[in-house]
Amino acid sequence: MTKSTDKPVLDPFEAALGVSDLKGRSPWEDAWHRLLKNRAAVYSAFIMAFMILIVLFGPMLISWESDFTDWDYTSAPPSVQSGHWFGTDAIGRDILVRTLEGGRISLLVGLVATIVSLLIGVSYGATAGYFGGAADRIMMRVVDIIYALPFMFFVILLMVVFGRNIVLIFVAIGAINWLDMARIVRGQTLSLKNMEFIEAARACGVGDWAIIRRHIIPNLLGVVIVYVTLTIPQVILIESFLSFLGLGVQEPMSSWGALVSDGAQDMESAPWTLMVPAVFLTVTLYCFNYIGDGLRDALDPKDRQ
Amino acid sequence: MIQDSGMLRHSLQRLLGLVPTLLMLITVAFFLIRVAPGGPFDSEKALPPEIEANLNAKYHLDEPLVQQYFRYLGQIAVLDFGPSFQYKDWTVNELIAQGFPVSLTIGLLAMALAFVLGTMLGVTAALRQNTGADYSLMGFAMLGISIPNFVVAPLLILLLAVYAGWLPAGGWDWGIASMVLPVVTLSLPVTAYIARLTRGSMIEVLHSNFIRTARAKGLPESTIIRRHALRPALLPVISFMGPATAGMISGSVVIERIFSIPGLGSYFVQGALNRDYTLVMGVVIFYGVLIILLNFIVDLIYAWLDPKIRYDEKH
Repeated sequence: MTKSTDKPVLDPFEAALGVSDLKGRSPWEDAWHRLLKNRAAVYSAFIMAFMILIVLFGPMLISWESDFTDWDYTSAPPSVQSGHWFGTDAIGRDILVRTLEGGRISLLVGLVATIVSLLIGVSYGATAGYFGGAADRIMMRVVDIIYALPFMFFVILLMVVFGRNIVLIFVAIGAINWLDMARIVRGQTLSLKNMEFIEAARACGVGDWAIIRRHIIPNLLGVVIVYVTLTIPQVILIESFLSFLGLGVQEPMSSWGALVSDGAQDMESAPWTLMVPAVFLTVTLYCFNYIGDGLRDALDPKDRQ
Repeated sequence: MIQDSGMLRHSLQRLLGLVPTLLMLITVAFFLIRVAPGGPFDSEKALPPEIEANLNAKYHLDEPLVQQYFRYLGQIAVLDFGPSFQYKDWTVNELIAQGFPVSLTIGLLAMALAFVLGTMLGVTAALRQNTGADYSLMGFAMLGISIPNFVVAPLLILLLAVYAGWLPAGGWDWGIASMVLPVVTLSLPVTAYIARLTRGSMIEVLHSNFIRTARAKGLPESTIIRRHALRPALLPVISFMGPATAGMISGSVVIERIFSIPGLGSYFVQGALNRDYTLVMGVVIFYGVLIILLNFIVDLIYAWLDPKIRYDEKH
């Protein structure tokens, strides 16, 4: 996708004049160029890459353990001298290490739950759109019905009913979040399936499932990528929301939502316990939203202004 | 548009379509909470078996599940959510009647604020497309979408209540001062989203042919915006109002908790933690019906604003 970035962008008039040494650019390369021009998205991608790196490797580099209680420094403000750069919480645990480790959980939930909703949504939507007719009507009716349910309340119910379990958080959020994906994918499939290349594949005797797998799904990739980047922040937000209400991950595990919740308890005496996880969470959501926006502009030219 | 028979048929069809959704809502909520381990009468000290049996008999918990389900459906049909298990001497209806006005007030105020402010900001940004003002407005809008309610709320409390002391940090006395922070917090993400939506659709509308015609007629720009551009530009905002309300309702759960407001959301979380079956189901069904009805109304408004939908129904 990146191979021609070093080449100057060719003027279309040159092409019309028949200048030699012309190579066609695939739609993906076009999209890549458009994405690189979107500064907000590019910066966000760099910040996000940095965020992922420090969340993954940061805790290994910091000498504090996340569950170590430093009784000499309880509710200590950020300082370089004490070694707690971002301060400590009410029982002397290092805020930075806890925030970084909480970030692992938050990002992991975002990723896994998005993959769950991706798998369900794409296969459901592609099937409904491809077969059409009665199957499509029934399948989409089911989606409509579920869509009208007060979703947040069901996630809370699920957490209460089945206990606070991290695997369940993945599944519950993913299983409820696939509806949008299914709708989008179905719409795209409907318009794809009448195109000539699908007809050609069918004429060659390719089976239905092989067509869905080899021809429909690869062509959905653009829409799906955009939607995935916009789903990840949503999921992270839902998880933090649950953890904030005390229904998400359990101690000693932590997530940004749980840390913000803890921090909000002590914010009058130790505002940094609120600020540090809040900033990490917000920056992450902000960047993901910008990347998603940039990808949408890049991959979906008809929506561009 | 009332005399339009296509419109009437459209409404009736949509109304009938709500029935399976409602049934699904009640059924899922009912069985989900019944398969939960632990019952409403669990406490630190185990109850003597006779008392527990009596309690179960009183609330019909000793009947087969299917029978309970149909009994509950019958009750719902006459809008009776039954007694609360935890708040003795209270029916769920009474609890909803107590908490809902508070939640509704916050929700309506937040929604009004979001709609007015959001469309204003969106139009402002659209008219100054690709200028510094546009970029900074949209940057703030993105921040408003990204920053969660439960981060904004403590920050605002810290700044405006604890440090400045201008507003109360929580509580609810139906006074303006106690409403400001919850309403502003709740409306922030929706305001931001509406601003983005409005900007996008406004830009699109301003490029369309009928606006060029209006300009060619020599209409002043302000008239063009108000009389011609605004209505079509608000279509996506209107259709967003349904999901936005649903989002506000779930958002208010957090807001009510942070600001210790005795609204329906706090009853819901409390009920869920206490396994107060009837209360939780009551609130889920109540809110579910509310969201479904709102979506229905939004649909009708949309059809009224957008003639294309009406004509598509007819032909």
